[in-house]
Amino acid sequence: MKFGSLAANENVSFAVFPGQIVGLIGPNGAGKTTCFNCVTGFLQPTSGHVRFAGADITRHAPYDTAKLGLVRTFQIVHTFRDMTVFENVLTAAFLHARGARDAADIAQDALKSTGLTWCGDKLAGGLTIADKKRLEIARALAAKPRMIMLDETMAGLNKTEIREAMELCLSLKAAGMTLVVVEHIMEALMPISDRVVVLDSGRKIMEGTPDEVAHDPRVIKAYLGDSYNVAG
Amino acid sequence: MGKNAVRERNALLALIAAMCVLPLLTRNVNTHHVIIMILLYASLGEAWNIITGLAGQTSFGHAAFFGIGAYGAAMAYFKFGVTPWIGMAVAAVASAVVAAIVSYPVFRLRGHYFAVATMAVGEIVFQLFVAWRWVEGATGISIPVAPEGLATFQFRSSKLPYAYIAIALFALAAFVFHFVSRSKFGFQLRAIRGSEEAAMAIGISPARAKLTAMVLSAALTSIVGSAYAQYVLYIDPFMVFSMAISMKIVLLTVLGGLGSVWGPVLGAAILIPLSEYTRIAFGGTGRGVDLIIFGALIVLVACFEPQGIIGLARRLAQPNANRKGGADGDVDTKSDAARTSA
Repeated sequence: MKFGSLAANENVSFAVFPGQIVGLIGPNGAGKTTCFNCVTGFLQPTSGHVRFAGADITRHAPYDTAKLGLVRTFQIVHTFRDMTVFENVLTAAFLHARGARDAADIAQDALKSTGLTWCGDKLAGGLTIADKKRLEIARALAAKPRMIMLDETMAGLNKTEIREAMELCLSLKAAGMTLVVVEHIMEALMPISDRVVVLDSGRKIMEGTPDEVAHDPRVIKAYLGDSYNVAG
Repeated sequence: MGKNAVRERNALLALIAAMCVLPLLTRNVNTHHVIIMILLYASLGEAWNIITGLAGQTSFGHAAFFGIGAYGAAMAYFKFGVTPWIGMAVAAVASAVVAAIVSYPVFRLRGHYFAVATMAVGEIVFQLFVAWRWVEGATGISIPVAPEGLATFQFRSSKLPYAYIAIALFALAAFVFHFVSRSKFGFQLRAIRGSEEAAMAIGISPARAKLTAMVLSAALTSIVGSAYAQYVLYIDPFMVFSMAISMKIVLLTVLGGLGSVWGPVLGAAILIPLSEYTRIAFGGTGRGVDLIIFGALIVLVACFEPQGIIGLARRLAQPNANRKGGADGDVDTKSDAARTSA
């Protein structure tokens, strides 16, 4: 992906297998979000291909991508503020629902699996940032995806909230969901990922298990620094 | 969802029933006139509320569709000698087509382009009708006298039939809004107002949804315009395409409550009497006095209650709910602070 003469992503290629959590990491400006946007259709890549579940979805509109089952969340939460939490999720549930009752059921399930049932009737605008991020995930779930892409879901959360978010990711995986997680917070990503893709300056510099990645000298040099210790 | 929808539907039915009684309480022709105008404008507000209140796309050009509707009805009898109802239908389709043609390119853009474009379209359509010979240009159309009756859409002996037609139109517009706002489509529109990106991420095509909303809104507006033409029986471009009509629709809905089915009724019930009675009190020199007062009200609303009168009413009706909400906010902040310090 190029913006004018600036290559934000160059020769980035990776595969995600069903049922896995794949982490996408890299220092600021590495091109994580650009890559994310190209895959989900929010940016039109200048070259390359995106394939999803057997279909070529390169340059598909974001809503078509979502209909095929590839749903994303946003780094900066996009809550529908003047709807209730339930209505936020319901809106997404309509995508694959057969009728209003079915949509309501899907929405309730999504609230349940993200632990938001207690605040379904609250106005979404009044939630804490941690709950708004949770709501983003609930809304994505209600759109019945085969794969969810989470864009820095944990940024801005405190330690307890990060732990809860990690648990949520693992419980989604346990339920059979495929996840791609873009994250800045290494400590949160490493323990939950099956594989990690590392970007730096728009290029993929490494891909492997969290262990391999954490011990790779290029990755350490580019991003982790010497102080990161996997064991701790 | 279900319970609120049923409650709103029942309240609407009760309101419409009350409206049916209202014109019978007086024989004052002038009062009947005011009632009819309130209902027509309330209907326009409901139509406009679909595209602006739900989808968040501000249209300043709805007079274009109102005017097309008015001309459709007038031309049907004036030129072709057929019933205005046919004109009403043809004009509604024409308005929908115009709305689609205008919206398709602008809805691909973001932000205020749509508002500016609708304003321009309103003016363009107005100028076209001023210059258009076939529709008598600036001279306007005086709809030829026909026998009274529903088929000819003309009544002279009493304004009551017009009042009931206006009530029927309001019922149509209000129920269309009611059903749209609580349907899948309505949620899609509200999602688009909230965030187009988030809407796209859950499979909604903003361009298509906004276009559909605009077409529906334009067709409804056009139908009200047709009824208006049959009510006044004389129209010219300056009456039916004027910016003042577009502005009144905007103002009364915003004052009453944007995005609420009650907003347009409340707003119209305040603005239209204000409008009609200042016109009577000041005559031609008083033109705009109503809008001055209304402008001041809008400023107050914008400052203190962006949800309009309906928002104020809700706040007064549930003071406890709000206080509780505030307390919850405090708790959240405290727990956040506690967590951070820990």
